[in-house]
Amino acid sequence: MCVTPSSDQTCLQLSFPAIEAEASAGIAELSAGLAHHGLPVEKADDVKIALAEAINNVVEHAYSGIEPAKVQVCCRLEHNQLDILISDTGRPLPGCKPPDGTAASVETSLQDLPEGGFGWYLIHELTSEIRYERRDGCNLLSLRFDVPIPE
Amino acid sequence: MGLTSTTTDAAQIITVHSERIDAAIAIQFKEDMRRETETDAARIVLDLAGVEFIDSSGLGAIVASMKQIGSERRLDLAGLQPVVEKVFRLTRMDTVFRLFDSLDDALSAKAD
Repeated sequence: MCVTPSSDQTCLQLSFPAIEAEASAGIAELSAGLAHHGLPVEKADDVKIALAEAINNVVEHAYSGIEPAKVQVCCRLEHNQLDILISDTGRPLPGCKPPDGTAASVETSLQDLPEGGFGWYLIHELTSEIRYERRDGCNLLSLRFDVPIPE
Repeated sequence: MGLTSTTTDAAQIITVHSERIDAAIAIQFKEDMRRETETDAARIVLDLAGVEFIDSSGLGAIVASMKQIGSERRLDLAGLQPVVEKVFRLTRMDTVFRLFDSLDDALSAKAD
């Protein structure tokens, strides 16, 4: 465990094994849970997309070639901000920092169109802040979203 | 997961019966698409109306399917829900595919 589970009711928490099928169900559950916690619908799509990409990165890269352990996610919605902390015990991000996330160009021939490499680009586009820390063998990635306050 | 296919005079319609096209099913989706598109249809419309979420792996699988179909035939997409459309728009894949609001819109549009 990288993060001690909080008893704070305002925090939506979930942890699941870092394998594709479990991650898919976990992402769907978190997306539904965030709506239930009051995340406005107009922001929900952005959060779903970025959250899925960040968790997929853990499954596909942090635990690539090693025994997958758990991914822990904690979402805290306060005032006009949503903070999502994603932690795992996989390998650190290369260079111990989040990739810049430049999107591959689509102005190319059909056969050269990119089939991947959009993950970090989408995360950068949809978040207001990305922080990453490697601590005690854990990756701690936090994504911040500005959330419009409902009228 | 699954795809079904019907053929009209205008196009072959492939309907996606999965709420998510994501990393967990991207490889299976590509394989299913390859099998369904082994036809001589000049135009294929992929009906995404039932798809509630797509991630970049799912997007990549659709791009791979289009490559597999080749430049002699075309793959159009119909019925994208807002979050699905957003992924296409952010990655600029909306400039690569023709996107239609609904299957009806796609079928009433000229092939090219």
